[in-house]
Amino acid sequence: MSISVTLRHRFPAIRMDIAFEVASPGVTVLFGPSGSGKSTIINAAAGLLRPDIGVIEIDGRVLADTRSGVWLPPERRRAGMVFQDSRLFPHMSVATNLRFGMRRVAPGAIHFDDVVSLLGIGALLDRRPHTLSGGERQRVAIGRALLAQPRLLLMDEPLASLDAARKAEILPYLTRLKTALKLPILYVTHAMDEAAQLADSMVLLDAGQVVAFGPVSEVASRADLALARRDDAGAVVICAVVENDVGRTLTRLQGGGATFWVPLLDLPVGAACRIRVPAREVILASRPPDAISLHNIVPGIVRRIAEDSVRRSVVVEIGLPEGGLLSRVTPDAVVRLGLSPGSPVLALIKSTSIEVL
Amino acid sequence: MALRSNRLLLSLDEWEAVRLTLVVAARAVGFGLPVAILMAWVLTRYRFVGRPVLNALVHLPMVLPPVVTGWLLLILFGVRGPIGILLHDWFGIRLVFTTAGATLACAVMTFPIMVRSVRLSLEAVDGGLEQAARTLGAGWFDRLINITLPLASPGILVGAIVAYATCLGEFGAVITFAASIPGQTQTLPLAIYAALQVPGGEAKAAELSMVSLTLALAGLLLSEWIGRRLNTVLGR
Repeated sequence: MSISVTLRHRFPAIRMDIAFEVASPGVTVLFGPSGSGKSTIINAAAGLLRPDIGVIEIDGRVLADTRSGVWLPPERRRAGMVFQDSRLFPHMSVATNLRFGMRRVAPGAIHFDDVVSLLGIGALLDRRPHTLSGGERQRVAIGRALLAQPRLLLMDEPLASLDAARKAEILPYLTRLKTALKLPILYVTHAMDEAAQLADSMVLLDAGQVVAFGPVSEVASRADLALARRDDAGAVVICAVVENDVGRTLTRLQGGGATFWVPLLDLPVGAACRIRVPAREVILASRPPDAISLHNIVPGIVRRIAEDSVRRSVVVEIGLPEGGLLSRVTPDAVVRLGLSPGSPVLALIKSTSIEVL
Repeated sequence: MALRSNRLLLSLDEWEAVRLTLVVAARAVGFGLPVAILMAWVLTRYRFVGRPVLNALVHLPMVLPPVVTGWLLLILFGVRGPIGILLHDWFGIRLVFTTAGATLACAVMTFPIMVRSVRLSLEAVDGGLEQAARTLGAGWFDRLINITLPLASPGILVGAIVAYATCLGEFGAVITFAASIPGQTQTLPLAIYAALQVPGGEAKAAELSMVSLTLALAGLLLSEWIGRRLNTVLGR
């Protein structure tokens, strides 16, 4: 199953030319700066914006194909949308808002009580939208979209209007949601932390063009993308818990064809988790060091070396059996270690530097 | 008890004028408002060739001398007017010099007020909420009934009340089109005018004027209060 989007549209200021195909179900993060075309894609998927040319296909269902004149109106797309500004109906209670879409479709697999408990909004049902906090409003908006039994969930920067604390309050709900529902989700954001935590696939956009798309573990570990030159650049590795060593208070993870030790986790053996390895936390070596505190010495092959003249540094992409890692080092380090694409290299990572998401 | 003391205050035919005025105004707003909502909806949501002309026509009664509006109604809806003939031949309806005629004159005179306030409140409705309703499966009529109109309701209701209060004072168009027939078309302002034409009618005119003043004031206060109440309910 897949999500496939092709669209061309001419705005006064920008020309969009978009084409990508990603796996479904799962979260596809549309990532890019403001004005890169993220919201255009999501609005076209919802049917709220009609592109000059566009083909949108979700799991084999054609929502739009302008060449053959197919254009399902938004009300018949079954595409649940969560807007940045929640857009709850102010004249209805939270419960009535939640039931708005539900009352307009045949009963489906998503039940009212489940959604209410999943999002923790049981205490809010009788309240009016204007009495809710920003975070609560977004949770209700997500619930309202889910209860319309969508076949596709569209989220347009749902956390962008929230402060860091509110964001941290909602992200766990989204992660739970993602695993609880087997839905294709298009998620627009320009925040790296949301992308790293939620994305299964990523579509990178810039100035109306697709820069790259693919599984998050591949896209986030590519040194040739602008993503790798960000301060918060880092590879995402999808892992499974292999061992919990309570004595040493360490957990061993397996992912990307490599082993990672992290401080003891509260997860059972076999549980899936994802880690983010920040590029600036990865040290490179050509020989294993001895008598060193760090736990992770990960062997790999240099795949790409990209210069970042702004920061007078280079980003080295280290290929693992599956996926890869990024390391930000000085050009001097590359010369001293004699690194070039194809050379074997060791990535040294402190277990405490690995972010378990 | 109250009724008896009221009878002392106003004579029976004066009460008849008050009752008639309230009925005519209620009917004028009752029939006019749905049409005004439809017109405002068309004027806000659609861009078409004749739109400026339609817009001007709607607002014409506001700028025309009411006597001219009444006269135009006579020409169109009169016994020999093009619409008047059709109404009479098809439905046996005669508007000139009838309560229905007074109602029509009032409705036409207050139509611009209603369209204006409905339009302003429709334009103030956040289009984003209508979009949200669309993605939740609501078709256009569903959205109109459940989202747009409820959100525009404060403006619509206030407009209706102001139009109602204006109807209570409508004079020129009514007297021209429907004449001043006691019990049929003689509304309060017409009755006041008629009283002033009779020697010694000043007392009657004063009484009716007080009633008129009270009604107008009550209408304005009510519209103010309802507008505030609804806005609180809507969380604004």
